[in-house]
Amino acid sequence: MKSKAEKQNGLNDVIEDSREYKYGFVTDIETETIPKGLSENVVREISKRKEEPDFILNFRLKAYRRFTEMDEPKWANLKIPPIDFSDISYYSAPKTKAKLGSIDDVAPEILETFDKLGIPLMEQKRLSNVAVDAVFDSVSVATTHKEKLLAAGVIFCSISEAIRDYPELVKKYLGSVVPIGDNFYSALNSAVFSDGTFVYVPPDTHCPMELSTYFRINNSESGQFERTLIICDKNSHVSYLEGCTAPQFDTRQLHAAIVELVALENAEIKYSTVQNWYPGDPETGKGGIHNFVVKRGTCLGDNSKISWTQIETGSAITWKYPSCILKGDNSVGEFYSVALTTGHQQADTGSKMIHIGKNTKSLIISKGISADVSSNTYRGLVRVSPTAKGARNYTQCDSLLLGDKCGAHTFPYIETATGTAQVEHEASTSKISDDQLFYLQQRGISRETAMNAIVNGFCKDVFNHLPMEFSVEAERLLMLKLENSVG
Amino acid sequence: MLKIKNLKAAINGKEIIKGISLTVNSGETHSIMGPNGSGKSTLSKVLAGDPSCEILGGSVTFNGVNLFDLEPEERALAGLFLAYQYPVEIPGLSNREFLRMAYNAKLSNEGAEEVDPIDFDEILNEKMQTLGMGEKFRERSVNAGFSGGEKKKNEILQMAILQPALSILDEIDSGLDIDALRVVADGVNKLKNDKNALIVITHYQRLLDYIKPDFVHVLSEGKIVASGTSELAKRLEARGYNDIAVLV
Repeated sequence: MKSKAEKQNGLNDVIEDSREYKYGFVTDIETETIPKGLSENVVREISKRKEEPDFILNFRLKAYRRFTEMDEPKWANLKIPPIDFSDISYYSAPKTKAKLGSIDDVAPEILETFDKLGIPLMEQKRLSNVAVDAVFDSVSVATTHKEKLLAAGVIFCSISEAIRDYPELVKKYLGSVVPIGDNFYSALNSAVFSDGTFVYVPPDTHCPMELSTYFRINNSESGQFERTLIICDKNSHVSYLEGCTAPQFDTRQLHAAIVELVALENAEIKYSTVQNWYPGDPETGKGGIHNFVVKRGTCLGDNSKISWTQIETGSAITWKYPSCILKGDNSVGEFYSVALTTGHQQADTGSKMIHIGKNTKSLIISKGISADVSSNTYRGLVRVSPTAKGARNYTQCDSLLLGDKCGAHTFPYIETATGTAQVEHEASTSKISDDQLFYLQQRGISRETAMNAIVNGFCKDVFNHLPMEFSVEAERLLMLKLENSVG
Repeated sequence: MLKIKNLKAAINGKEIIKGISLTVNSGETHSIMGPNGSGKSTLSKVLAGDPSCEILGGSVTFNGVNLFDLEPEERALAGLFLAYQYPVEIPGLSNREFLRMAYNAKLSNEGAEEVDPIDFDEILNEKMQTLGMGEKFRERSVNAGFSGGEKKKNEILQMAILQPALSILDEIDSGLDIDALRVVADGVNKLKNDKNALIVITHYQRLLDYIKPDFVHVLSEGKIVASGTSELAKRLEARGYNDIAVLV
């Protein structure tokens, strides 16, 4: 007979701390990295290296000046070790001088890296129904299916190319959703942003394939400051997905991105994220990415819709609130989120829905899962302006705890300035109970499968909103992350 | 099939089962009756391998295998099934997905090929019809928001799909009105044959009008104090548990 301790493998005993991060390899490639530190000269140097027009240089300089006047925000429910902004390199690019946007000139090491990450870029291997923009440290190294998309009128390229080739669009929309001085990190990003993705979908166009960007941080000492701008013109539709990984380093790396979405009349943008940055050592909490991101979309036109779906599984610290500004009448904002924290990870994430137009609707579904000694916070704001007659919001925040050393917190803020608004908030916190596990085991289902089934069930509402190609992947990723959380 | 010898067990450090011996053979239906707190539910939990139970002594073999060597899922795969008094809710996991998972675990344990969702739906639909369960039960989350009666039907549905060798029904009649009780009992009776066995745990004799036991055992303070035929249950019903001493 087994001893009681062996028999009674309750959850607490089985939360283990060894989790493998299979994307932790480093690509050995010569880079052009500018010396560490941040100054006006560094900002000018970045702009010069990227051969940018004056309007971008001025945008950067203005942002840099704002940045120097601002302080780091302190309100998050996060323990952030002090960040030395002078100890970061703000630009790092593979040395092999690839012509902007030409896949044939991409260094083989980089193609191999993306191959290993499951993102083949070469023509014969690439996914047929998904176009990919691959960003390696500070630069976009390749964008697939560009010609095919262009034939449909869809512009899909790196933001650097867009600045060169479509300056009018960039001038009109860059910084229009997230102003330079919006916050400390948006000012920083606006000053030093390196690369990122640009999408423009012309009127009356249903983008013929999924668009996606894959972000890879390789350099241990550089930050990644990418900038994504997606504009969906009247009566158009686009679905976009970003994925992220980074090597395993002992030092923390800063990733401070900005994503701006603009939906014009009757347009719909669906933006999905599967974030799997290196989370740091699960036992000591050493290393990992600081993922401080500003994501915001404006439903500018009537009847437009922006939908955010995020699966956040990585990063030492995740700090982001994909938000919607609902300006157009009858516009719709949605936010579906699964945030998983294990080891020493911390997440403070949620959404803001700002209702301005009449009869605007928003929906927030947030699922937080915490294990080990991690901390997971939902923070959300629903604001209904006086003009937003008939506005409606429904918010549901559920937290699932695995073990009893982790934490889950919910901070919902609701501000309504009109009597006709309807705002609902529901929240729940539950623990995967030994009862649930035992029930499934009693039906012959292994403990691990049982755990996966319970977690999966918890996340179902969110997974259902990912593009088909990625929902299975997201499910698998989550299971992988939890693999050792169950004995 | 099942041999329990001088079993002693505790829950939360308190000894509840204080020396139970019981043998159940293929084809038999045993009923275990007793007042609240007599150890009926604990016995079923011990047999199923609930991690909150601690074995203090004695032995249990199931088809010749030491039951305590098996993890809960291994006991289930070996053919031991527990119909819960309080079935557990699992939000977001659809009943259909859950049942197919359990069915496939059984098939793969037997070395058979797993069934795909379409083939499984046929099996599921047929079983659901016999229990008078509407289609909505397929998509609904496991037991979440089910009424008491629906939960119990769902337990019997699982039993019908898994066709276990030994089913332990823990107060399957509690919280059921007379119509639901009849449906549940009919479901159980249809599954009964001479190769499998039943242990029916109940507080009331009423259930035994529908599921006829071959043997009735009366549990009191962690021990079987009387065993007999269904006559014993009738006498018990007439006199109440306060008068157990008279039966012994």
